[in-house]
Amino acid sequence: MGRSIKKGPYVDVKLEEKVLTINEGKSKKAVLKTWSRRSTITPDFVGHTFAVHNGNKFIPVYVTEFMVGHKLGEFAPTRNFKGHSGQKK
Amino acid sequence: MARIAGIDLPKNKRGEIGLTYIFGIGRSTAQYILSKAEIDFDKKVSQWNDGEQTAIRNIINNEFKVEGALRSEVQMNIKRLLDIACYRGLRHRKGLPVRGQRTRTNSRTRKGKRKTVAGKKKAPKK
Repeated sequence: MGRSIKKGPYVDVKLEEKVLTINEGKSKKAVLKTWSRRSTITPDFVGHTFAVHNGNKFIPVYVTEFMVGHKLGEFAPTRNFKGHSGQKK
Repeated sequence: MARIAGIDLPKNKRGEIGLTYIFGIGRSTAQYILSKAEIDFDKKVSQWNDGEQTAIRNIINNEFKVEGALRSEVQMNIKRLLDIACYRGLRHRKGLPVRGQRTRTNSRTRKGKRKTVAGKKKAPKK
């Protein structure tokens, strides 16, 4: 089930603040490190690069306008399956 | 012969069912169309007269996306997921179920025919 419209999209408050300060030009930072995989990507995020934690390391995610509405975590896979041992391609 | 949205409808079926042969129209949409065109659900496709056929065509053209246009829309949506490389896109790319179903067993629709792995031990019988 989707989230209620009444509440609006969920974005981590701290993360949103950071993005907004950068947008206003108060601080410059190329990559925003974040653990908040659950945050929805809002239009404010477009053009930024986020380092999204996948439980092991940070995956750089460059946000484009098509990604709006998805969550940050969708772009940093938590499992890395390379195939079974001895499996031929 | 009723030809609607580039599809030949089966003439011996009831209108309600016949319309579902169009991609993008199911039972409830078919019922909506027929009631709007004021045609009885039980009337066979072959018994529709020209006026009724035009009425149905107009409703479909104006209100619904069917066949080719709908298929390409679905493809576009999938392509978008592939292009932004999100989790759902990756699952599409790998041909695995997209909505979080289990893959240890089942999900053969997405995965296709079983590929037997050589050297894999069978469960011992007891």
